[in-house]
Amino acid sequence: MSGQSYIRTEMLPEQPAPLGETGIPHWLRENMFSNWLNGIVSVVAMAFVAYVLYLFLPWAIQGTWGYGSRTECLEAVGGDAACWGVIRDRFNQLMFGFYPYAEQWRPMLAFVLMLVAVAPILFDKLPRKMLMFSALYPFIGAWLLWGGTIWTPLMVLAGFFIGYIVFRIAEGLLGDLVGIILAILATVIWWLFLVGPVIGFLGGTEATADAAATPGLLPWGIESVKSSDFGGLMLSLTIGTSGIVLSFPLGIILALGRQSDMFLVKTFSVIYIEFIRGVPLITLLFVAHVLLNYFLPPGTSFDLILRVVIMVTMFAAAYMAEIIRGGLAALPTGQYEAADALGLDYWKSMRLIIMPQALKISIPGIVGTFIGLFKDTTLVSIIGLMDPVGLTNAIRGTTDWNGIVWELYLFIAVMFWIFTFSMSRYSMYLERKLQTGH
Amino acid sequence: MTQATQKPAMEVSDEVAIQITNMNKWYGDFHVLRDINLTVNRGERIVVCGPSGSGKSTLIRCINRLEVHQKGSINVDGTELSSDLKNIDKIRREVGMCFQHFNLFPHLSILDNCTLAPMWVRKIPKKEAEETAMHFLKKVKIPEQALKYPGQLSGGQQQRVAIARSLCMMPRIMLFDEPTSALDPEMIAEVLDTMIELAEEGMTMICVTHEMGFARKVANRVIFMDAGQIVEQNEPEEFFNNPKSERTQLFLSQILGH
Repeated sequence: MSGQSYIRTEMLPEQPAPLGETGIPHWLRENMFSNWLNGIVSVVAMAFVAYVLYLFLPWAIQGTWGYGSRTECLEAVGGDAACWGVIRDRFNQLMFGFYPYAEQWRPMLAFVLMLVAVAPILFDKLPRKMLMFSALYPFIGAWLLWGGTIWTPLMVLAGFFIGYIVFRIAEGLLGDLVGIILAILATVIWWLFLVGPVIGFLGGTEATADAAATPGLLPWGIESVKSSDFGGLMLSLTIGTSGIVLSFPLGIILALGRQSDMFLVKTFSVIYIEFIRGVPLITLLFVAHVLLNYFLPPGTSFDLILRVVIMVTMFAAAYMAEIIRGGLAALPTGQYEAADALGLDYWKSMRLIIMPQALKISIPGIVGTFIGLFKDTTLVSIIGLMDPVGLTNAIRGTTDWNGIVWELYLFIAVMFWIFTFSMSRYSMYLERKLQTGH
Repeated sequence: MTQATQKPAMEVSDEVAIQITNMNKWYGDFHVLRDINLTVNRGERIVVCGPSGSGKSTLIRCINRLEVHQKGSINVDGTELSSDLKNIDKIRREVGMCFQHFNLFPHLSILDNCTLAPMWVRKIPKKEAEETAMHFLKKVKIPEQALKYPGQLSGGQQQRVAIARSLCMMPRIMLFDEPTSALDPEMIAEVLDTMIELAEEGMTMICVTHEMGFARKVANRVIFMDAGQIVEQNEPEEFFNNPKSERTQLFLSQILGH
C-alpha cells in the first residue's frame, strides 16, 4: 500500500540539455548524417556542388572585363574564361535600351521614387502620410519615363477631381447610386474626349500628317521619349511593376466576383478567368501587338507598352483571382457569420475581416504570381520590344559580340534574380509578421 | 450549479422583443423548421434544448438572418425580417450572437475584435469604442489580455471575449448558439458565470445549450425541440421535474441519466 502512494514535496528545477543536443555537430547529425542513406546522399550532393563550382569559378574569375569584342577577348584569355567585357560594353543598353543618354537620369530618378512610393505599402511602420506620395507616384513615374508636357499627368489626374466634384453635387441632389454613376461617366468622358484637346491647348501639339504643330499656352514640360526607345531592365521594370500594381486589385475583384451571389457578376468572372487562364500569354501579347488596333476606333493609337501592360495585367489578374479564391475558400464560414452577426455590410466585412485573412493565406501564391509576371515580361521580346532578352539577340547579332552566350544570359539571370529573390524574401517576412496564432 | 432555489429576481416586461409566427424553413427539400411560434418578452431568458439535428441552432440563426426562412414571419424589436437589407442591418445591430466556435477574428487583437463593429457599424470614435471595449473586457474578467491575439487565449477566454465583443455593440437581445459545447469542463464554468451575470442584468437571451444546470438557474422558460418543431415549453422547474411529452422524458433521461 505504502509503495503505491506518493507525494511530491518540491518541484524539479530546469536543467541544461545534455551535450550534443545543441550546436553545429548536433545540426550536422540531425540534418545530413542522421542515417546511412542520408549520409551517402549528403556526400554525393556535396561532391556534385563542388564539381560544378570547380568548373564554373575559374571560368568566371579568370574572365576579363576588358576588350571591346569577342575576338580580342578570346585571343587574350585563350577561350577557357569568360568575356565579361560584353556587359561593360553594353551595360547602358541592358539597363535603358535606346533611351536617350542625356535623359537617363529620369528613369533612374523614377526608380528611386518608386522605391519611396512602395516603401509605405510594404512596411506599415512608416508614416501613413507617405501613402499620399504612393498614390501620386504612377503619374509622376509615367511623366518622368515618357516625358512630354506636364499637363498630361495633371489633366489625367484632374479626371479624379472632376469625378469627385460631380459625385458631391449629384449625391446631394439625386442620391448615392446616381452620384457614383454620374461621377464615373463624367470621368470617363473627360479622359476619352476632353483631356486630349485640353492638353493640346495648354501644352501644345506636335506636327502630324494633316496638322502643323501648335504652340501651347503654357508649354512646360520635359523632352518626350518614344515607347520604342524604351528597353532593357527599365522596360522589364516598367511593365512588371505596372502589371503587379494593377493585377492585384483586379484579381481581388474577380475573386469576389466569382464568389458572388449575383448571377451575371459570377458568370462574367468565371468566363473571364477561365478564358484568360486557358490562353498562352504570348497569344495575348500578339493580340496586343497586332489585333487590338482593329478593335479600337480608328484614329486612336494606343501606345504599345500600354497595350502590353494591359494584356499582362489581364493575364496575371486571372491567376491572382484563383489564388485569392483559394484563400477565401480556406476561411471558416464562422468568420463570415461573425462579421454578418455584428452587422458589418458586405464591403466592410470583406475589407476588414475576410480579405485580410484570405490574402494572408494567399501570400505565397500571390508573390509567386508576381514573380512569374515579372519574369514573363521577357516574352515581350517576341513582339519586338527591346527587353533584356530581346537585347541579347541584338547584341549577339553585332560583329563585335557575335557568338557570346553565357556571359549575357548569366548577367540577365542575376539581374532578374535580384528582384525576384527580394520579392520572395519580402513575402517570407510578411508571413512571419502576420503570424498571430501560436 | 445547484437547484434553482436562489434564482435572482429578474424582471420580465410585457414588451415583446421577438415574435415568431408560423415560421417554416427548408434546406432544399428538407423541412428543417416546421410551424414555429414563439414570443419572447423583453428580459426573458430562454433555453432551447433538444437532440442534434432538431433545428435549435437553425431557429436562433433565423432570428438574425444568418439563415433565411421561407414561410411565416419573424419580428425583432418591431422590425420585420425580410430580404430588405436595411431591416437586416438594423436587426443585426440590435442582436448579439455568440457561436459554438467563438469565431473571433484571428488577425485582430482582442481589443480590435471588440472595437471593430462599434467603430465601423455604429460609427463610434475610436477612443470611446476602446473605453467601452475595456469596460466589457473587465466585465468578462480578461482586461489584461486586451492586446493579445485570439490564438494566444484558451477556449474559455476566447468565448468570454466573444461575449464581450457582442456586448460592445450594446445589443438588446443576445443569442447563444451552444456557447460551451467546444469547451473543457473547467472553462464551461467561467463562460456560464459570465452568462449568468448577463442574465441577472436583465438581458433578453435565447440560449441553445445542453447545460441543464444553467437552464434551471437562469431560464424562465425551457423549450424542447425535436424534428424541427417545438415539442414542449415550460418553466424550468416543471420542465425538468414533470416533463409532459414522452419525447422530452426520453431526452431528459438520456442527458440527465448519468
